[in-house]
Amino acid sequence: MSWLETLRTGLNGIRSHRLRSGLTVLGILIGIAAVILTVGLGEGAQAQVSSDITALGTNLLTVSPGSSTSAGGIRGGFGTASTLTTYDATALGSSTVAPDIKAVAPVTNSEETLTAGTSNWSTSVVGSTPSWIAVRGETVAQGRFLDNQDVSDHEPVVVLGSVTASELFSRVDPVGQTVDVNGLPLTVVGVLNSVGSSTSSSTTADPDDTAIVPISTAAEEIFGGTSRDAVSSIIVQARSSDDLTAAYQEADHELLALHGITTAAGADFTITSEAQALSTATSVDRTLTILLGGVAGISLLVGGIGVMNIMLVSVTERIREIGLRKALGATPRLIRRQFLVEASVLGLTGGALGAGLGIIGAIFLPGAVGDPITISAWAVAGAIVIAMAIGVIFGVYPASRAAHLAPIDALRSE
Amino acid sequence: MSESDDEAAPVRFPEPVTAPTTTPTRPSGGDETRAVIEFDRVTKVYRTGAIAVAALRGVTLKIKSGEYVAVVGPSGSGKSTLMHILGCLDTPTSGTFHLAGQNVSGMSEEALAEVRNRRIGFVFQQFNLLASMTAWQNVELPLVYAGVHRAERKERALAALAKVGLAGRVQHRPGELSGGQQQRVAVARALVTEPDLILADEPTGNLDSVSADDVLVLMNELHDAGRTLVLITHDLEVASAAGRVIGIRDGLVTEGDKRDLEHVR
Repeated sequence: MSWLETLRTGLNGIRSHRLRSGLTVLGILIGIAAVILTVGLGEGAQAQVSSDITALGTNLLTVSPGSSTSAGGIRGGFGTASTLTTYDATALGSSTVAPDIKAVAPVTNSEETLTAGTSNWSTSVVGSTPSWIAVRGETVAQGRFLDNQDVSDHEPVVVLGSVTASELFSRVDPVGQTVDVNGLPLTVVGVLNSVGSSTSSSTTADPDDTAIVPISTAAEEIFGGTSRDAVSSIIVQARSSDDLTAAYQEADHELLALHGITTAAGADFTITSEAQALSTATSVDRTLTILLGGVAGISLLVGGIGVMNIMLVSVTERIREIGLRKALGATPRLIRRQFLVEASVLGLTGGALGAGLGIIGAIFLPGAVGDPITISAWAVAGAIVIAMAIGVIFGVYPASRAAHLAPIDALRSE
Repeated sequence: MSESDDEAAPVRFPEPVTAPTTTPTRPSGGDETRAVIEFDRVTKVYRTGAIAVAALRGVTLKIKSGEYVAVVGPSGSGKSTLMHILGCLDTPTSGTFHLAGQNVSGMSEEALAEVRNRRIGFVFQQFNLLASMTAWQNVELPLVYAGVHRAERKERALAALAKVGLAGRVQHRPGELSGGQQQRVAVARALVTEPDLILADEPTGNLDSVSADDVLVLMNELHDAGRTLVLITHDLEVASAAGRVIGIRDGLVTEGDKRDLEHVR
């Protein structure tokens, strides 16, 4: 009996129990679709992260203030102390002490309400220096960015992010207009180009919704506070991504010396890189993918057990048929083959339909959940092969049970 | 498979049994030179734990080609066991069984499957047709296992169905056929491989008397066409259709004059 005949017999067996076969296929289908979607979600997230890394540049370091210790000896988290100052930034910017550092931008920020005529808008106001634009890799759309003169003279000027500009000035050209912050009128000198939304975990806010003022203006006129030299962080740009480690060591060494700290453990600042944050995000994504993939794998396993269950029921129910086929000359091998074909056709059908459902899900789901799903041809092919293998593996036991039934017992049963 | 083994009802014996009139008697016929079945001191012992039950206790038997033989015996006589061994569905515990000159006593399961496929045609009490298949698909089933090509299979299946008078019902499924018609499909299936032996196990057991007569007439026609037939029954009236009657009781066979069925009582 040829394989074609066996296939025909197997298909006939499936067709004669449509509902049952359909439900079995459904089990595999759900498992495969779940696996394809979770793998796709994981691959999508990783692709997103690596494109973020490329966009951000891997040559940035962020220096954050260390923790403060209260009188009771309770240490706060990072950033609770104002240990970093504009002098630190200036020192790091010196090419003699830190030759691998290309540029430095001290940053202070605060959430403030901007008012322009009748419209107002809350945004993150950033105090920084002219190097900010180069360090952040942004560009000016209109007007100009801050210059050194603005910083040294505490000029009341502001550069708006594209979103902020359009929220405040929907109809008129923002450049040359006046914006009030905490009662201080600032002249808009420029508007930044949109950089688009970033899904990077380090920037949760929209990077286009911002207003940049000279750091001196921010400290003296807007934010106020007791320590006017303090900064929220210092962004350090290395000459290239290869120099990142050297830049890190130079910054670390210089800041320890400036702060008069002798042991690395006593440091009152932390240096992190964007790449580091992103790699953390990547590993979180990967862990999540593995977890979800595990759950999906379990559902696939349950689907496989469903195949086995149905095949065992099928063998028991068709015991007379098996007996008859044996009496008519079917060898144990052919009977086994027939049931294996049935099981693998169930698996294959479930796999193909599940892959289809997964692809449909990958098209429509990102719109709903906002995460990209990347489905590779490999994942689809792999899933279908796995589904068929599951059919075969879980079909082996029922099939060999059928094959080894004694024909007389099989024929005698009711 | 024999239902009669499970029945509590006593064996039916027609009265009187001396002169069966339903079918004309004919010589047992047969080709004297060739024995289809040769049993030599065949025993079959079933073991259930410590208990051993001898179902056959040394059966020696010869059935020639073209013979029409009925095996008659009450429930528990060893009739079903004899049928299973004859049909190569089971193997003897000791002794030898030659089917068409081939010793099948010690064959493997795979080899026995091939012997059943090539040499034996089965007719069962329960018809045993596959409900999801049409009549011709049921009939071609043994040819599928014999590896016969599709077109030839269909042709032979249709010819066999025509032979049993069901040429007009080839596309019907078993559920759409009467009991008698279903059994005729089963007979066609037994015929289609041109087997050395047709083994019918209580073929009329599930049929009304009209359909039963139809099937017995069909068996007679097969006998006339030169087929070797073994009919297993507990019904002496059915047995009387055969050219030769073998009785079986307590695992032993008895031969006698067909006209006088006393030996099977």
